[in-house]
Amino acid sequence: MSALLEVQDIHTYIGQFHILEGVSLAANEGEVTVMLGRNGAGKTTTLRSILGLTPPRSGSIRFAGKEIGGLPTYSVAQLGIGYVPEDRGIFTDLTVEENLKIAERAKGDLDRKADLVFGLFPDLKRLYRLKGGQLSGGQQQMLAMARALVPDNRLLLIDEPTKGLAPVIVEKVMETIHQLKETVTVLLVEQNFFVASDIGDRCYILDVGRTVHTGAMADLERDEALVQRYLGAVA
Amino acid sequence: MQPLSSWLKARWPWLAVLACLTLAPAFLNKFYLGLMVQVFILAVFALSYDLLMGYSGILSFGHAMFFGSGAYVVGLLLKGAAWPLYAVLPVIIATGALMGVLVGIVTLRVRGVYFAMITLAFAEVIYILSASSQLRPWTGGDEGLHGIPVPAWMSPTAERVTFYYISLSFLVLMYFLARRIVNSPTGRVLIAIRENEARAATIGYNVFWYKVLIIVISGVLAALAGGLNALYFRNATPEVLGVGRTIDALLMTIIGGMGTLIGPVLGAVVIRVLGNYLADWFGPRWPLVFGLIFVALVMFFPWGIVGTLRQRPLRGLAQWIKRLSRGAGQKAS
Repeated sequence: MSALLEVQDIHTYIGQFHILEGVSLAANEGEVTVMLGRNGAGKTTTLRSILGLTPPRSGSIRFAGKEIGGLPTYSVAQLGIGYVPEDRGIFTDLTVEENLKIAERAKGDLDRKADLVFGLFPDLKRLYRLKGGQLSGGQQQMLAMARALVPDNRLLLIDEPTKGLAPVIVEKVMETIHQLKETVTVLLVEQNFFVASDIGDRCYILDVGRTVHTGAMADLERDEALVQRYLGAVA
Repeated sequence: MQPLSSWLKARWPWLAVLACLTLAPAFLNKFYLGLMVQVFILAVFALSYDLLMGYSGILSFGHAMFFGSGAYVVGLLLKGAAWPLYAVLPVIIATGALMGVLVGIVTLRVRGVYFAMITLAFAEVIYILSASSQLRPWTGGDEGLHGIPVPAWMSPTAERVTFYYISLSFLVLMYFLARRIVNSPTGRVLIAIRENEARAATIGYNVFWYKVLIIVISGVLAALAGGLNALYFRNATPEVLGVGRTIDALLMTIIGGMGTLIGPVLGAVVIRVLGNYLADWFGPRWPLVFGLIFVALVMFFPWGIVGTLRQRPLRGLAQWIKRLSRGAGQKAS
């Protein structure tokens, strides 16, 4: 297993606030890597730093062996990194079809990926002509993930996909991410430890802008004290 | 290919309007034809503004610089350098495009209202330049250029009907061009950028160059409209570069409906035709009355005339009448 994405000791500032004070992590090819941590631990900022939306001041970010720290966002995306943001990032004025089409990096991407996309998200076919703003939260989440699958992405950064969704939908979303593993590498941010533990291979825990724990998901599940300390997990 | 009948069915109102406009010279006198010409020119100017503000979310307070530059290119080259008209056309396009690139590259580093302020400054610089007395030998200073020679076959006075058809074709052509752009994949990206720049970037779009592109397209359209304006009035004065011109574009777009393309065209009709009658009825105080009408329009049609009618036909007006009558009832009791 080689690391597709390697983040080393990045420090990111937002305005004058030092948000990330040394985050390191790696996402191995073909795995689901989970980033855990409390609210404000810096999980989303880490994803945004990888994408160049909040470029880190120091540290290194390597993707497929290439340094991508300092690249503009669109270049990072074009290298094959898809982003499914917490707010889903759907274009509300565009239809479902347009939302998917706009993600094409090469002409005909959507046609080539149709089987994959509609295999995972059959509902989208039914909603094809609706505007993004007319979809429910769960449907938007599906669309956001589908959109990230349209171009040939090698890595998906998925930020709290289950936030604000009904438990039934949460299960569905997690099931889908589990299936995604066959196609792409996933770096997943998830607050809900129990949801994440089902599908994660490796996990990182962030606390106040630092990586405080690294290990296999299976080991973390047994380490109740650690979970309690950093995640305050509810039993 | 869809059958012709369904194509006609979907578009008959537009074809009817177009037919009326085509037949108009048979019924309208010279004065009204002239008014229509001005409406068509302003409509293209408003269209170009809608591409920026309505579709791409770029608020510019300096759009007059494109319009005015088109007018001055016509003035300087036809009058000053005695170029033939066909040679001036590519220069207008090039000027609009070049200014668009420059403005885009320099000012797009900042966003929103800061971008608007810098475009305003840009436009004011050009306005002041055009009126400067040191440049009087070329630009005519604050008086501007008058008596621009227009080829006899399209003379706005002697051949007004010809000029009318030229302006009408210009509007129709530019409208379809704008529609084509908006409905193209590039147009979708622009809408995406308007909604959220960061999202568009995370999909892999170079937001910056897309914005430069639309400023260039919009600038070329505005410059062409300005050029035709100079041909019609046979002059180019600093007024066409002034902030008042930009405000016209802003008003036409807001009144008609942002992001609808046809809205700003309608806005141009409202502003120019209404302005004409209001000036007749109220004399020099007409802007005051127009201001009141504008406030009313914004209250009843918060998304512009076309935008509001598309969203909820006349519900806004109905609600207001209900509220007013309820208010009256409470006072009575």
